[in-house]
Amino acid sequence: MKIESHLAQIGSQKEPVTGAISFPVYQATAFRHPQLGQSTGFDYARTKSPTRSVLEEAAAQLESGDAGFACSSGMAALTTIFALFGQGDHLIVSLDLYGGTYRLLEKIMSRYGVKASYVDTNDLDGISELLQPNTKAIVIETPTNPLMMITDLERVSAWAKSKGLLTIVDNTLLTPFFQRPIELGADIVVHSATKYLGGHNDVLAGLIVTKGAELSQQMGFLHNSLGAVLGPQDSWLLMRGMKTLALRMERHQYNATAIANYLMEHEAIEDVYYPALPHHPGHEIQNKQSSGNTGIFSFRLKDARYVEPILRHIKLIAFAESLGGVESLMTYPAVQTHADIPLEIRQQIGVDDRLLRFSVGIEHADDLIADLEQALAAAKSEIQEA
Amino acid sequence: MTDRHNLEKIAGRSFATKLLHFGTEIDEQTGASSTPIFQASTFHQADIMDPPHHDYSRSGNPTREALENYIALLEGGTRGFAFASGMAAISTTFMLLSAGDHVIVTEDVYGGTYRLLTAVLTRFNIETTFVDMTDFEQVQEALKPNTKAVFMETPSNPTLKITDISLVAGWAKEKGLLTMLDNTFMTPYHQRPFELGVDIVLHSATKFLSGHSDVLAGLAVTNDEALGRRLYQLQNGLGAVLSAHESWLLMRGMKTLQARMEHSERSARKLAEWLSNHPEVTQVYYPGLEDHPGREIHEKQSKGYGAVVSFDVGSGERAASLLSRVQLPLVAVSLGAVESILSYPAKMSHAAMPKEVRYQRGITDGLVRYSVGLEDIDDLIADLDSALKG
Repeated sequence: MKIESHLAQIGSQKEPVTGAISFPVYQATAFRHPQLGQSTGFDYARTKSPTRSVLEEAAAQLESGDAGFACSSGMAALTTIFALFGQGDHLIVSLDLYGGTYRLLEKIMSRYGVKASYVDTNDLDGISELLQPNTKAIVIETPTNPLMMITDLERVSAWAKSKGLLTIVDNTLLTPFFQRPIELGADIVVHSATKYLGGHNDVLAGLIVTKGAELSQQMGFLHNSLGAVLGPQDSWLLMRGMKTLALRMERHQYNATAIANYLMEHEAIEDVYYPALPHHPGHEIQNKQSSGNTGIFSFRLKDARYVEPILRHIKLIAFAESLGGVESLMTYPAVQTHADIPLEIRQQIGVDDRLLRFSVGIEHADDLIADLEQALAAAKSEIQEA
Repeated sequence: MTDRHNLEKIAGRSFATKLLHFGTEIDEQTGASSTPIFQASTFHQADIMDPPHHDYSRSGNPTREALENYIALLEGGTRGFAFASGMAAISTTFMLLSAGDHVIVTEDVYGGTYRLLTAVLTRFNIETTFVDMTDFEQVQEALKPNTKAVFMETPSNPTLKITDISLVAGWAKEKGLLTMLDNTFMTPYHQRPFELGVDIVLHSATKFLSGHSDVLAGLAVTNDEALGRRLYQLQNGLGAVLSAHESWLLMRGMKTLQARMEHSERSARKLAEWLSNHPEVTQVYYPGLEDHPGREIHEKQSKGYGAVVSFDVGSGERAASLLSRVQLPLVAVSLGAVESILSYPAKMSHAAMPKEVRYQRGITDGLVRYSVGLEDIDDLIADLDSALKG
């Protein structure tokens, strides 16, 4: 069966008593034991909860993994994964990284003796140089956020495997609809499901998918012990969102490509960072390992003075953090999502004060282009007047 | 600011009134009689130079914030934090500690906290000494140069041992240690640890606060501004936050906290007295019983005895027979709900604890834990009586 069919059918034939097509929200924390030493499979909702289980099984299947774990946020999912590591362990991590992940590693995990080195994870020489006897894993975002750098997952996870490292891939931007890292050799896939999987800017959630029995068991232990689990209502909302993932991703991709091409031609724009564009350095690898492109891209203005008026003049597009929703959002990474990353790293990777990130929604592309056009024009006339 | 939001005025109200009138119980914009569920992950920022109070729901959500202010008010703290589960609250709070730090923990701590300390935080090089927290000498002896915190549960689970909170907290303050207290069994209705010198109060809000066996949630409260800032960074950084929907359900449950606690406690006292005179029962644990160790200390620091009664029926076989015969209580893990719940600690809440450690702590194979709900107490006793006779 194709992934579109799996997505549409999430949870639909799992409720045997009533046959409800939409799996029920089990708003229950405790489960009656039929007899001492007997369990229905559910004891306490932190450990396992029926609605969450349906979501977790779907996530594992979509990502071609063995087990899924739903967490209260994307950061909770990463925290749970990083608890695999401890005193003295070392990680190799994507340089152009989500600010929250960087903060977790540098401000919190560092206090427990977990060290991280940051590098372009597609650079095999660069990552090989960072390898230490205590290196335990490589953490990859591809595409990265916000500069959309691409890592060859098959090549890098094969290298990691040969060195005995775990490969952890944040698949938030592409979702299993476009890219399945476990099929390319990854051991763990993580999602901020708040983004495309949820898709409606209304659920905060994280997902982990693991490959292999031992790793799955370890992750289950940490998920239960740390307790950062997703509630039943949000599990249900997330599944509801995932049923339309294929339709939304196709539309996101179509709109993003149209708008990226429009901006490439605009006089105020220096560059557009979107792997679907042929001039993007990761274009070929992206085409090889993914069946499509995400709905976000970043663009750099020639003049930093444009940023503030553009954000003030956009009408249809909302100025807000987050991405991956049906509504279009514009973000200013240097002051929002990436504010926790030190200035020198931001400059090294190119997250500067001229960079804007655009999460393209599923509105009509013509309306979004018109909104950008008027905001760019208004910014231009303000700058000329000043 | 309307008078409705005058915090000083609200704080001066009696507990029962505060439960219903806590400042955000009415939606300002529409006048709606309950806080709206803000099922939103992100917030539009109209002015880039003047960011709004909420920008991303992990960092802050209006519904969750209403709950966080509500619990801070009830505990008499300054800042509250809501988490995805009680364990998420506890694991996030323990992340205040760093590698090389040592913590003194009550030996009959909840099994999940025990597992977190012995199987997860050990890898982060956080060291734990478990002590009988009711024995002040043992607590003092556990102090090491790298000790950073003391973690208490009182009454403890499931044998309801009583720790003298102000004695331990006073000593801890003298030694520069942080004190954390799991207040799940008592709730702020019965016991307010900040008044006794504690720094951080924790809750599995899944239990009495929510009260309906339908919400998984955890809460942390502090009365110290600097500690509040650090806890906020961890809540946001680790991301184990409570959703808007569950936050709303929890607030809904908390409105009836006093009514539920009063009823359940009255029933629990009757049940404990009745069990004490039952021939099949070898031991009853309940702080309201005359001979319960630490009863005087408990009465000094708490306004009630709570709704959990543990008792020993002498053997694993007899416990199994009792659990299979009862008709009214739910045989399940968890506690603190409108329906009575009968649990078997050896195989449920304390299954993660090695048997010899478990026995040292009185958690024998014959021990069961009864969380008394809102059913009629005569019905509950009659049900238990026939189950015990079997």
